[in-house]
Amino acid sequence: MTASVLLSALTATARGAAHPGQGPCACPAAGAVLADRADGTVVRHGDIVAKAHAPGTDPAELNARLAAAAALPGILLPPLTPVAADLHDRLVTFWPHGSPVDPDAPERAPWEDAATLLARLHAVPTAQLPGPLPPMRGPAKAALAVARLLAAGPHAASAPILRAWSGLPPWARAETPGGHVSALCHGDLHLGQLVRRPAGTGPWLLIDVDDLGTGDPAWDLARPAAWFACGLLPAQEWTRFLTAYQEAGGAPSLQGDPWPALDAPARALTVQTAALAVAKAVAAGRVLDEAEEALVDACDRMAAVPAELAHGVAK
Amino acid sequence: MQCPKCHAPMHTYNRNGVQIEQCSGCRGIFLDYGELESLTRLESQWQQQVPPAPPAPQAYPSAPAPAWGAPHHGGHHGGHHGHHKGGFGRMLFSS
Repeated sequence: MTASVLLSALTATARGAAHPGQGPCACPAAGAVLADRADGTVVRHGDIVAKAHAPGTDPAELNARLAAAAALPGILLPPLTPVAADLHDRLVTFWPHGSPVDPDAPERAPWEDAATLLARLHAVPTAQLPGPLPPMRGPAKAALAVARLLAAGPHAASAPILRAWSGLPPWARAETPGGHVSALCHGDLHLGQLVRRPAGTGPWLLIDVDDLGTGDPAWDLARPAAWFACGLLPAQEWTRFLTAYQEAGGAPSLQGDPWPALDAPARALTVQTAALAVAKAVAAGRVLDEAEEALVDACDRMAAVPAELAHGVAK
Repeated sequence: MQCPKCHAPMHTYNRNGVQIEQCSGCRGIFLDYGELESLTRLESQWQQQVPPAPPAPQAYPSAPAPAWGAPHHGGHHGGHHGHHKGGFGRMLFSS
């Protein structure tokens, strides 16, 4: 199935979920494409959002993640249907529409809300969830990004990125299970993973359950931590986020100085973001921008501070 | 702008009304035309009159950071918006 066939099928499916009949409708954003990437296509029709998940998504794992979202309505946006539907060779899920963080005003990002939602997510007793959850996919996504870098072709920044990757503990490279801490984790936090429902006025909620699962809660703080460490996110915003997380009862390993727990995941997310940036830059035939260069520079500096020695804990 | 020596991003500072750019990597400093003269003039004024002690820089409590992190400069962050450099605004929203 080509991408355009999927998109029109998904658009029709979203419309069908929003209302019956084929006549003209006055729904807002009818057929609006919210995302169309290899790892997921998202279409909105009125109050309904339909997502076609990445090819090869495991249906049992996705349904377990959907069930967790349905069971945690104040933390995660609850799905409209309890199980994923089949659409040709893809799995499709349905969600109520929510309003995202304004991409043109990231300085108004709801750092405290994001942190509080994560603290509450991490405190969920996983045994009380409907079904056994798979591991969160954070380390697996980092490994996929490195695979994309390797497939992208030569680039001067590849060497420092791969050197930083090779210095990570095996669990952070998805080579061994990360059994040292096991909390419910989002697995892919960034500012695109928050919506307000009802749109514009409701409380903030986490979206995108594709990477949800059990693992080290530090992973969910590690992307903002990496941005801060690379000099991209101002210390003030990082401190607001971290303090709100700690004050909302976040994981014990992240209280006080969080860096012993954050070091390996923040390195991994720096590597992941740098690897994807370089792969995209090679594909587009462009140079890295300033922010991307800052990530590569951080990878370069990691070689001088081995992860295993940084805090004396070989996880 | 980027450092001509190590290619790390350079941050702009205001020193007594003189704009200087300092590299976040090697800490090298770049001066525009006339800025060195301005600094020299300020230095001579400094020597002529004993100035009052400079106020302590207004610093946000520094957050712990890993050893591999970028050098953070006290007082630089915060207080102004639109500070997201390069493609960072886009990076905030992507996996």
